[in-house]
Amino acid sequence: MEAADHTTAALSVPPSRPIRVLVAKPGLDGHDRGAKVMVRALRDAGFEVVYTGLFQTPEMIAAAALEEDVDVVGLSILSGAHLALFPRIMAALRERGLDDLLVVAGGTIPDGDRPAVAAMGIAAVFGPGTPFAEAVRFIREHAPARVDEA
Amino acid sequence: MGLIDRFLAGDRRALARLATLVEVGDPVGDAALSRLYQASGRAHVVGVTGPPGAGKSTLVDALIRAVRDSGRRVAVVAVDPSSPISGGAVLGDRVRMGRWHADDGVFVRSMASRGRLGGLAAATAGVVHLLDAAGFPLILVETVGAGQDGVEIASLAQTTVVVQVPGLGDGVQAIKAGLLEIGDILVVNKADEPGAAEQVRLLRDLTTSGADAAGWRVPVLPTVAATGDGVDVLLDHLDAHLAVLRASGGWERRLRSAAEAEVLGRLRADLERRLAVSPEGVLELSELLAAVAERRTTPGEVVARLVDRIDGG
Repeated sequence: MEAADHTTAALSVPPSRPIRVLVAKPGLDGHDRGAKVMVRALRDAGFEVVYTGLFQTPEMIAAAALEEDVDVVGLSILSGAHLALFPRIMAALRERGLDDLLVVAGGTIPDGDRPAVAAMGIAAVFGPGTPFAEAVRFIREHAPARVDEA
Repeated sequence: MGLIDRFLAGDRRALARLATLVEVGDPVGDAALSRLYQASGRAHVVGVTGPPGAGKSTLVDALIRAVRDSGRRVAVVAVDPSSPISGGAVLGDRVRMGRWHADDGVFVRSMASRGRLGGLAAATAGVVHLLDAAGFPLILVETVGAGQDGVEIASLAQTTVVVQVPGLGDGVQAIKAGLLEIGDILVVNKADEPGAAEQVRLLRDLTTSGADAAGWRVPVLPTVAATGDGVDVLLDHLDAHLAVLRASGGWERRLRSAAEAEVLGRLRADLERRLAVSPEGVLELSELLAAVAERRTTPGEVVARLVDRIDGG
C-alpha cells in the first residue's frame, strides 16, 4: 500500500488486506539485529509483521504461522544450521496444512546450499546486502492469493 | 467443508482464517459472525491495558500459565499499533508468549490497530466474538500501549485490568481523568523495583472511595510478571470480579454497553466508508479537506454537507 498521502488514508476505502508476514529466528544463534532491521523494512512497506523473537523451534514457528494466519514466513538464520532446521520447519508447516504459504529465508546461506534450500520449498533466499526493495517486491509478487468460502 | 463448518468442528486454522476475514470486513467474515454470534456472549472478556513497557505481554503470558494451571482454556488477542504512514505494523507481543505453542488450550492472535485510535482495532470485538463462539471461557485482550485516553477496552471487556509500574509520576498523574478510572483491577507490575510499595499505597489511597454499582471495590495488586509472583492472586480477583458481575446484574449491563460501543463504532466506520466509496468520493473529500485546511470553509460546514449527501443517498 503506497499511502504517501496519509492525511486522507484513514477516510478512504479500506485497502485490500495487508500482507501478513511471520519473521522468525529459528535455532540457537542469538543475533536478531538483522531480523529486526528486516522487520522494520517490511513494516515500512505496509506489511503486518508478526515477530516471534529468538530461539524459535520448528513447532513454535508453525503454531504461530497458523494462529496468526500469515501469508508469508520469513526465516532469518545466521548459525549455519539451515540445512538441518529448514526441512523440520517445512515439515511442521505441512503437518498443520500450511503448505500453501510463501516461505523465504534471509541470513548467511552459502551459494552452494541454495539448490538444496530451494528443493525444500523455500522460494527465495535473501543474502546479506540484498536491497530491502527486492525482498519487498518478491513478497508482494509471490504472496499466495486467497479464496475463502463460507 | 466450508470454513464455518470447519470452525464448528474445532479446526484451529479455520478459526484463524475467519479471524482474518472478520478483521478485513470480508462478507465471509460477516456471514460467519451472523451464524456464530448467538453462541458468543459467554466468555469472560478481560482487558489488559497500561503504558508501553509496563509488562502487559509478560503479564498476559503469566496469566495464561495461571489459567492453564486451573484447567481452563484461554484465548489472547494482542493489539499493536499500525503505522499511520505505511499502514504496516510490527506485532511483537508473541515474543513473550511462545511457550504455549504445543498447548491446544491456548490460542494467541495478534492484531494491528489499522488506523483506529483508542487502543483496539475496529474488528477486535468481532475477533473476540469468534473466540467466544469457539468456546474459550476466558479471553484476554491486550491493548496498544495506552496513554491517557486509551479507554476503549472498558466497553469491550467485562473486567479491565490497568497495569502500572513504579515511578510513573506523582499523585497528580494518578488523579487525572483517564486510564486509571476504567480499571476494575489495578496492577502494579515490576513490584520488585524501587518505589513499588509507594505506588501501591498511592493507588490504594485513591481507590478507597468505596464500592461501585455492582458492589465491587477496586483492588490494587502488586505483581512481578516475569517471575509469576502475584499472578495467581490476580487470577483470583478476575474470577471474583466475574462472580460479582454475575450476582449483581453487572454482567448484563456490561454486555449491553459493549453492544452499544460496537454498534456505534461500526456505524461510524460504515459512514466513513460510504463517504469515500468511489474514486470521485475520495477526490471530493480530498478537495473538501483542502478547503478546510485553507480556511475557505469550516469543518462543521463540510460535515453538514457530507451528512446531507448520505441523507439524500
